[in-house]
Amino acid sequence: MICPPDEEQRIFLDTTLSFLQRTCGTEAVRALADTPAGFDRAWWRQGAELGWTGLLVAEELGGGSVSGAGLLDLLLVAEQLGRHVGPGPLIPTSAALAGIAGSDGAARHARTIDAVVAGESVLTWCAAAARGETGPTLSGGGDGLVLSGTAVDVEAAADADVLLVSATSPDGPTQVLVAADAPGVTVTTTGSIDLTRRLGVVRFDGTPIAADALVGVPGGAADDIARQRRIAVVLQCAEAVGAAERVFDFTLDYVADRFSFGRPLSSYQALKHRFADMKTWLEAARGIVAGAARAEQAGGPEAERTVAAAKAYAGDVLPQLVQDCVQMHGGIGVTWEHDLHLYLRRVSFHRALYGTPNEYRRRLASSAAA
Amino acid sequence: MRIDSGTIEGGTGTDVEDVSAFRARAAEWLAATMPPAVPNRARGGDDSIAIWDRARELQRILHAGGFAGLVFPKQYGGQGLTVAHQRAFNELCGPYEMPLLLNVPSFTIMAATLLDFGTEEQKRRHIPAILRGDEVWVQFLSEPSGGSDLASARTRATRDGDHFVLNGAKVWSSAAFVADYAMILARTNWDVPKHRGLTMFIVQVHQPGITVNRIKQVDGSAEFCEEFFTDVVVPEADILGRENDGWTVATTLLAHEKNAVGGGSPYISGATALIERQDPIGELVELAGGPAALEDGHLAELVGEAIMLQEVRKHTIASVAARMARGEMQAPASAVLKLFDATSHMRTSDISVELAGSGAASNSGLAGRYLMRQARCLAGGSNEIQRNIISERVLGMPREAAADRDVPFRELGASRTSRA
Repeated sequence: MICPPDEEQRIFLDTTLSFLQRTCGTEAVRALADTPAGFDRAWWRQGAELGWTGLLVAEELGGGSVSGAGLLDLLLVAEQLGRHVGPGPLIPTSAALAGIAGSDGAARHARTIDAVVAGESVLTWCAAAARGETGPTLSGGGDGLVLSGTAVDVEAAADADVLLVSATSPDGPTQVLVAADAPGVTVTTTGSIDLTRRLGVVRFDGTPIAADALVGVPGGAADDIARQRRIAVVLQCAEAVGAAERVFDFTLDYVADRFSFGRPLSSYQALKHRFADMKTWLEAARGIVAGAARAEQAGGPEAERTVAAAKAYAGDVLPQLVQDCVQMHGGIGVTWEHDLHLYLRRVSFHRALYGTPNEYRRRLASSAAA
Repeated sequence: MRIDSGTIEGGTGTDVEDVSAFRARAAEWLAATMPPAVPNRARGGDDSIAIWDRARELQRILHAGGFAGLVFPKQYGGQGLTVAHQRAFNELCGPYEMPLLLNVPSFTIMAATLLDFGTEEQKRRHIPAILRGDEVWVQFLSEPSGGSDLASARTRATRDGDHFVLNGAKVWSSAAFVADYAMILARTNWDVPKHRGLTMFIVQVHQPGITVNRIKQVDGSAEFCEEFFTDVVVPEADILGRENDGWTVATTLLAHEKNAVGGGSPYISGATALIERQDPIGELVELAGGPAALEDGHLAELVGEAIMLQEVRKHTIASVAARMARGEMQAPASAVLKLFDATSHMRTSDISVELAGSGAASNSGLAGRYLMRQARCLAGGSNEIQRNIISERVLGMPREAAADRDVPFRELGASRTSRA
């Protein structure tokens, strides 16, 4: 476990774990790969009933944490979801919901929050613009607000009911809620390296935005957006740690069982030393992700730096670890039949989204130069 | 092996001062008492005896104020507080000049091992003196012929009635020239396999029959020493642990060492981790040519990587130490911290050279540090030994074939070179 659960979290974790063991074997995950959405809405509703969606939402808005530290509760879910390469929009939903529920005037979005927490409605986050572009832009004023532009790499774009859109506006960064079926919204599904997590491009073409669709203060969304991104990064890193640890565990078993030249692969020092390196990466990734989750939960000024360091580190070493485990498996490791690629896909997916390791290194440097 | 918090529960009872009250009291005392931090004191190649005298002096001040040996038991001159108190104290120490030199090996390795294996008499005699700054300790483990294979020690201790006579040579002992006492691993039985014929002794460093020479390093410093022993008499009361069971003591000592070097030791006092007292990031930005140079994306990524490694190191130490304290990981897991520390140090060293550009050829301070890059990957057990420990003792992978297993020591082959 990245952060050890307390007694209450233990019960919560056990329930989630037995649900995932029952529903997310790799056969089930492979079957979902052939479906358009990549996840089953009834399954997602069950996850919501287990408490996954409400952890970052205050009790008066219909949510509630298990331990008083909602992000640390959710970290347990994300880690196990990673271990099972489970489907579903946990990361964009959690990040967007935290942004909405934490914004000024969140109560006016109570109906949306209720439906998302219940798992009835799927929420995603339009966070990113294509390289070199500004992305969705708000123009006009009052009841004449209009949204135009394109968001890319939107998780579960084609299956979301509601979109939280981070847009630019003349006032500054502004967030709005948009129904997926609103006029002028076009979703195009793109490829995805993950087997069950779908990505899409969402284009807004003069989509009208009512004043009550604003999330927080117009022009004042920079802090909310930064917090959403940190939450997304913490959760994706937790999933990646879970996935990489699962791979490490079964690869360690594999080299103990497999014989070459009359002795177990695990007895070769050349391979033993690589496992020692991988173990070190894994423990270090676990340490920095725990630190990042705790810093973000505490809400202090170190959160930005710690979360950036988590993505910069885990984003690099965990895919490297899984690739090394492919190497340890030999040829079977690059076959469709073997489950390794499910995990390699997941850690690679997380490496790429919400900022790459090098982008976070540049952020860390700019904070040092400031 | 007992290096988790179990050893150092000086008091979890209700009589222990609340951590936040302690923090407030310590903050006030530090501000009123300790001198401000001196940049780069006791760093780099400065190996003069004066800095050790200064460390002893600072330690006496801490001791007089009741802030020495926070996690050591009261009956041995400590304060009987918890790791949480020590952590709170360390977080306050940044602005002050602290006797950091005494952490390794005296507090974190030697006093810790004394606590584990000393007789009541040995503990009462030495631990309070160490915590007062009166005794600086050193370890005499490596030998000219041994390298990583410490259990092949050829220094002999021959029994003669109620004492032993010591002959041989040791090497790579840090700062033995200023030390008062040492733990020395010597062979007391040559007719059993190598691990079973060793005994750990406590010896006074400066006495007839012991010659201490300093070894000059590539950066010009001379902190490491070599020692020669000629008919040194050691009473049997100075055996640490049991006769011929010295390897058990050495193994625990080495685990304390890995924990100290990796940054996870609960006994570290005066800094949040041993190397975080300076500002290495500011130094890197300067090497790159100042903040404006970081507009270059490549240079920025390198500086960011160094910051990343620093952050990861800090949180990895906390995570692994906590897992060890909870019993989820055992003592050999400190090798994970040691290996992370050494490899990230290597990487940071390479980053600093790249950031300096052509300046890496002319900057003598940087050059000295770069030439010593591998020292951190060798001292306290090489990276390769750590990888063996992690794979075999943390992950349970098969052990390397050993030509020396179950063979009487005197029948084994030995190196022909004198310093390996």
